[in-house]
Amino acid sequence: MAEKIGVYFDESAIGPYLNVEDLAENVRNRWGGNCPVIETSPILAGEEGRAMIESAIEAGTIDGVLVCGSSPRVDWQFFDFGPAIPVERVNLREQCGMCFPEGEDEELKTLMAIDYINMGMIKLQKTLVPEPEQIETVRTVLVVGGGWTGLHAALHAAGGGADVVLLEKSDQLGGKARTMYKTVPLAPPYTQAHPTGIEDLIARVQAEPRIEVVTGAEMQALEGAPGAYTAKFTNGTEKAVGAVILATGWVPQDGKALAPLGYGSVPGVVTTAEFEAMMKDGQLKAKRVAFVLNTAKALPRDLYQPACAPEPAEGEPAGEEAEEPAFKDMESARHLPYASAVNSVVALKQAGYVRELDANAQAYIIYEDMMVQGIHERFYKAAQDDPGVMLTKGYVARVEPGEGGSVLLTVKNTLLGQDFELAADLVVLPTGMVPTTAKDPVMNFVYRQGPAFPDLDLFDGFCDSNYICFPYETRRTGVYAAGAVRQPMLMDNAEEDAAGAALKAIQCIESANRGVAVHPRSGDLTYPKFNFVRCTQCKRCTEECPFGALDDDEKGTPKPNPTRCRRCGTCMGACPERVISFDNYSVDQIGSAIKAIKVPDNMETDGPRILILACENDAYPALDMAAMRGKSWSPYARILPVRCLGSVNAIWVADAMSKGVDGVMMLGCKYGDDYQCHFVKGSEICNRRKENIAETLNRLGVEPDRVEQYQVAIDEYDKVPGMIEEFMAMILEKGPNPFKGY
Amino acid sequence: MPNTSVLVVGGGFSGITAALEAAELGHEVYLVEKTPFLGGRVAQLNKYFPKLCPPSCGLEIQFQRIKKNKNVKVFTLAELVSVSGQKGDYTAKIRIRPRHTAPGSADLSELAGELPARADNAFELGLAKRGPLHLDMPFAFPARYVLEKDELRAADLETLEDNEFIDLEETEKEIEVCVGSIVVATGWKPYDVTRLTNLGAGALDNCITNMQLERLASPCGPTGGQILRPSDGAAPKRVAFVQCAGSRDENHLNFCSYICCMASLKQATYVREQYPDAQVTIFYIDLRTPDRYQKFRARVLADENIRTVKGKVAAAAQGEGGQVVLTVEDAVAGTKSHETFDLVVLATGMQPTLSGERLPIDVPVDEDGFIVGGEDKGIFAAGCAKKPLDVMKSAQSGTGAAMKAIETVRR
Repeated sequence: MAEKIGVYFDESAIGPYLNVEDLAENVRNRWGGNCPVIETSPILAGEEGRAMIESAIEAGTIDGVLVCGSSPRVDWQFFDFGPAIPVERVNLREQCGMCFPEGEDEELKTLMAIDYINMGMIKLQKTLVPEPEQIETVRTVLVVGGGWTGLHAALHAAGGGADVVLLEKSDQLGGKARTMYKTVPLAPPYTQAHPTGIEDLIARVQAEPRIEVVTGAEMQALEGAPGAYTAKFTNGTEKAVGAVILATGWVPQDGKALAPLGYGSVPGVVTTAEFEAMMKDGQLKAKRVAFVLNTAKALPRDLYQPACAPEPAEGEPAGEEAEEPAFKDMESARHLPYASAVNSVVALKQAGYVRELDANAQAYIIYEDMMVQGIHERFYKAAQDDPGVMLTKGYVARVEPGEGGSVLLTVKNTLLGQDFELAADLVVLPTGMVPTTAKDPVMNFVYRQGPAFPDLDLFDGFCDSNYICFPYETRRTGVYAAGAVRQPMLMDNAEEDAAGAALKAIQCIESANRGVAVHPRSGDLTYPKFNFVRCTQCKRCTEECPFGALDDDEKGTPKPNPTRCRRCGTCMGACPERVISFDNYSVDQIGSAIKAIKVPDNMETDGPRILILACENDAYPALDMAAMRGKSWSPYARILPVRCLGSVNAIWVADAMSKGVDGVMMLGCKYGDDYQCHFVKGSEICNRRKENIAETLNRLGVEPDRVEQYQVAIDEYDKVPGMIEEFMAMILEKGPNPFKGY
Repeated sequence: MPNTSVLVVGGGFSGITAALEAAELGHEVYLVEKTPFLGGRVAQLNKYFPKLCPPSCGLEIQFQRIKKNKNVKVFTLAELVSVSGQKGDYTAKIRIRPRHTAPGSADLSELAGELPARADNAFELGLAKRGPLHLDMPFAFPARYVLEKDELRAADLETLEDNEFIDLEETEKEIEVCVGSIVVATGWKPYDVTRLTNLGAGALDNCITNMQLERLASPCGPTGGQILRPSDGAAPKRVAFVQCAGSRDENHLNFCSYICCMASLKQATYVREQYPDAQVTIFYIDLRTPDRYQKFRARVLADENIRTVKGKVAAAAQGEGGQVVLTVEDAVAGTKSHETFDLVVLATGMQPTLSGERLPIDVPVDEDGFIVGGEDKGIFAAGCAKKPLDVMKSAQSGTGAAMKAIETVRR
């Protein structure tokens, strides 16, 4: 705990807005005893300023640093003195000076600055030096799935220095690649199909001493936490592993989905997988082969209507369903169009097979859109140059038996200006790729929140992250998906994906070993600590944790698994008994900072006060940006950054209200299907907790609508001041908080 | 023992990702970016498809990660001069141009305002001017002004003289770093529209590029987020998107640029959100919406005011009153017609940065400018330096390249 605080004012940052000497004097009067150093510096952010602070630390004069200047987002490199020296940056430039509305009484600006300095001081005084929980980790990566992706992942993990257990459910490695005659081109110049090289890949895996291959078994259970998992296989063996790469790929969609295109009823209608096998086995004899990529006839009209239950109405109880739900099969008609890019390229490849066997043979490709993305355009072009491959846009209206064992296709809306019929020896239909995680929990997590990845129905069963920028971050720390279980993808992409997942797996193990968090708070040394003496076993923390970090122990008490935790603080926000805290972020710390706001007794003469709890990830930078771009907001607002709205504990609102604050505005990320919350559920959970907050306020005799949550994206900085204004207008209309003055 | 440090060339999304992923594995990383700020093309985008979320959100996370990790050494305004040595033991010489400004805490906004704007703002793709002292990228990293000394006039020098936050004497520096492997993430540039002579060669009023539309739609862009015709500031009622402007064309880009179909669908939503009566037409060869993006396509095309026409646009010409006339071949109807629009957006493709530009690294590049090798030397391409990709796949690619770079130095 910082007891000797050095306070530094940066004139270069705030000189144009505030009287630095007056502020320093104010700190001397109020906090002098706690602050052996109170300095104003013409330019603090720089090597000289840094050296000055460092020498005070080295001399033992100070053990905590309060910097009053620019936003903590700026010039970070001068104000990091290692984990043992807590630093609080008081953002007086952007969120006090720049945002101050022109024409307002300058005295209000000083009051605002003093509030922020006092809040920063309290936060610093209530910050502990983090004591990370380091665990002895198992440096073994488990790769589940021994196909193309899994084999590559195993080699990359081994290459990165990990021991690897590679688990494959069948008796042989190689997965679907082993059944393929050739692959679409995987390397420059991307013009010709070629052998997959799967035998060589398998041989390399088998020759790698760091890889242990287990075949003929699946995951029965994954117990524990990153760095110290126990993986149980269906063959009865158990392995200690540190992290997992999920590379279980996909299964073909149920053939019934293709029935409207004649599959199962018209002889000579096959799937791409069946066609591939015919080629591989030397059974392909057909001379006229039609590849149907336009599957509109087989797709329901309401294909993308939401299949899942509607969002729970407001006011329903918070928390994820505590009851373990039975696993729901997520296979649907959508898996066919989702695979259309893969199927387009595969059709080109397979059309090439027809031509490879017989120079007089003819291949037809009937498409809606040739989805041959990116560099594979070159492969498309090569096929277009082949006179034996005919491509046309068209709608396949009918598939029926033709004469002499042929299949008759009726094709409409073609580019040829007319509808036509086509008699083919063979009709090849595309394959819907259903991720294995749509069919089965696969990992079988022994987690209180259930055996499967949560909420995969958002992604139609694909084990994806919903983050465009961070594709590997699923909601189960330590388990990284790669390949077609995550997205439909071709083998070149899958190989890269495998390498990336291998990195994430090793990174997770090494982070656990060093006692630091992984993404997005990478390197964070703190973790939630529980004071179990006061725990009432209400389970809110275990249910609300977006990452399933908490289990129950034998007695029903929450069992933290620090290496599963992403440090969002949602558990801390959930806890009605306030038993959860981080070394540098706690209910008491933030509550005390709120109480440091000086609220005048008379709203009429001295103005209201509102507290803005702003998500530090997006809302806070948006406020900075608004200020930097010349926007201003009410001088009566006080902003306090929080890790995530999920970490907001109802008591903070009560603290603010009992202090006389007139309203509390919570600014956080968007929620819903396209959520932007960095911790997935934080802003949504905060919204769902409103009921608890309302109850608290009612108990206090305060109108619940003095507390409101706003959704804001980081780039909506142009709208944030308007939101504050709207909220402020509502509060002014309502009048003073009845608690004021008590 | 090989040197375990990694050099990453290019500070766009792929490069940042590669650098951070390697650094969070404990490796020292040097990240070299030639412009004053990190973020690359992603920083210019208004929204991502399919979530329509802001790219600055992901960049902000990356910047926070950089701030927390001392293993990453970021050099902006920096270029590679030479690389010598071999796999496991490279020496790279980096030239760093002077920034001439104090750290970001110094408030230079007023000073910047005193220097008149006259240079084309590259970040705004020619849609705005900027002054010589600028910090025009939103959420910039580093959040520190840059002074373009070459652009200063005598009067400016007077303004800046004796300013304690400006150092006009700062000179170019050269440093050397030793690394075991290299990630090349030099990314892409929008295809040069002046080469698209049939589409107006960039000279038509109100015929803009897709990247320019990103800036017009961005709240921090030249119009504050209002999509207005550049020629007269009018609100467009009929907007056309011309797909494959350069892409899939042997005379221009001999590949599909991967993102433009999804980008145009996304941009159609920008237009429709601002103008409830606007009509949008997308002219395409194939509407490429792979994987789960199909769902986004269906959602966008459910809007009756968004029309798609399969057909190549043969020509664009100036019409009356700033309108643009397109000559369109409808491939399904088999007709050729002229259609007039208030605003035309060319879905220009991505050209690898290394097309027509050389890096001082011994790595093979194909005729389009994509990197096609180097792995045997411990040099790995990431993102669009290797092939056209979207952001999500660039993140994947950057992470994969980081893994391979680390394998090189851990073996």
